[in-house]
Amino acid sequence: MQARRIMLWLYDALISPFIEFPFLRRALVGGVALSLGAAPIGVFLMLRRMSLIGDAMAHAILPGAALGFFIGGLSLGFMTIGGLIAGFSVALASGLVSRFTMVKEDMALAAFYLISLALGVTLISASRSKIDVLALLFGSILALDDATLLLIVSVASLTLVALAFGYRGLVMECLDPGFAAGISRFGALFHLGFLALVVLNLVAGFHALGTLLVVGIMMLPAGIARLWSETIAPMLGIAVLSALIANLVGLLLSYHAGLASGPAIILVAGGLYLASLVFAPFGLLRRFLPQRHLEA
Amino acid sequence: MSAHLALHDLTLGYDRHPAVHHLDGRIEDGALLAIIGPNGGGKSTLLKGIAGRIAPLGGRIENSFPRLAYMPQIGDLTRDFPVNVMDLALTGLCGKSGMFGRIGKQDRQRAHEAINAVGLTGFEARPIRTLSGGQMQRLLFARLMVQDAPLLLLDEPFSAIDSGTIADLLAIIARWHKEGRTILIVLHDLEIVRQHMPQSLLIAREPIAWGASSAVLNQPNLDRARAMSEAFDRDAAECRRAA
Repeated sequence: MQARRIMLWLYDALISPFIEFPFLRRALVGGVALSLGAAPIGVFLMLRRMSLIGDAMAHAILPGAALGFFIGGLSLGFMTIGGLIAGFSVALASGLVSRFTMVKEDMALAAFYLISLALGVTLISASRSKIDVLALLFGSILALDDATLLLIVSVASLTLVALAFGYRGLVMECLDPGFAAGISRFGALFHLGFLALVVLNLVAGFHALGTLLVVGIMMLPAGIARLWSETIAPMLGIAVLSALIANLVGLLLSYHAGLASGPAIILVAGGLYLASLVFAPFGLLRRFLPQRHLEA
Repeated sequence: MSAHLALHDLTLGYDRHPAVHHLDGRIEDGALLAIIGPNGGGKSTLLKGIAGRIAPLGGRIENSFPRLAYMPQIGDLTRDFPVNVMDLALTGLCGKSGMFGRIGKQDRQRAHEAINAVGLTGFEARPIRTLSGGQMQRLLFARLMVQDAPLLLLDEPFSAIDSGTIADLLAIIARWHKEGRTILIVLHDLEIVRQHMPQSLLIAREPIAWGASSAVLNQPNLDRARAMSEAFDRDAAECRRAA
């Protein structure tokens, strides 16, 4: 009897919300797809020491999406295209500037995303229409329609295929850029292609989590993975797994506790990160639990 | 003797200031050539130019080798990157198999042999961040072996390396020489040059002497090299020598 009651309780807590409410199911599908694409991208950003680039890029996309809204209203197409144009322009411009001038990539990107942001805010202020800025910033994962889901799933698929093909080039570019440049003249292309993937994932993700929070599902799993593994392949797996867990647990938490879903997902990811920071093999606890050293 | 590598009135430098000035010559296939001279004399710049990392300010480099392997003085390898010794040795294959080509059992075997040859047996699974400076240099030599290039450009491969490791790495260079590869190596230790390098190019921005090491390494030549000004003349006039 006891076991049956526990099973029932678990069913109520974990499964019935998704069966009862289609919007929650759609949110889960969107979150899973987003995790599969964005988390590995985050790992590569981290390995390239570009962990903050996602954030900068998200700011660059925001004005484009707002402009799309300004022109076409609350339309998936216009906002996506606006975000993509803004994101790609900033990525391409800063990539080219860092290759061909003395300006390093972080400065180049900072300059262009600030220009983009200021331009966007100016345009929004000039327009009379009211933009739901909160929805742009923090998304609406509980209101994903078919078209948006399709967009997220397509971007995730494209990302996984592109990463599978570009894996070696990407790793080589992060590990030893000079050596990679000596081997292939396409190093710059790998880099720009990778930045394009970053933009695509951020644009697909902002419909669900908003332009700012989407960075959380990209970078927090990467940070978690770094604390658990010392080789790249397991890191990618751990990042995806923790993103999936954050999505599932975050949605359930938001459902049971009546919290906003997007932030709940990122908070769970943040909680996993903090826990890993302490308990993971390469976390803090190891420093304070000294093991005796080995024989020389 | 045929030569796949020749320099024609080559000037290399930065911001129009020459670091290598009007250098002419051919490097015969299979040569083991030491490049020596004072700091700032253009040794590294010459290798960079041959490796194609910088474009000539004047003249040209004729290089018909299908592939080359270049080991810079200060590479931009990320030392704490999460890969192990075997992975890094395997990256040497990319010159042949490209960014997409398959890495098979034979390739792994080659990488294993290279790791053994540089004396890092048993280190395959160690993260590269745990290697000492000398171990890292051995590993970079293993990667050069895996690259299997007919032209090797080594920029001060022995700086901050202990004598035992230098002896091991010199033995590897001798093996490459025997295999008929063409090797250019920037060195500061003239004793090593005398004993191990058949040919030398002494350069202090202007070429000073080029030929058999025993003929190049004499006191008048070395004095001339030292006397060449290292000063960076901000207001230098445009070079009038025929291009």
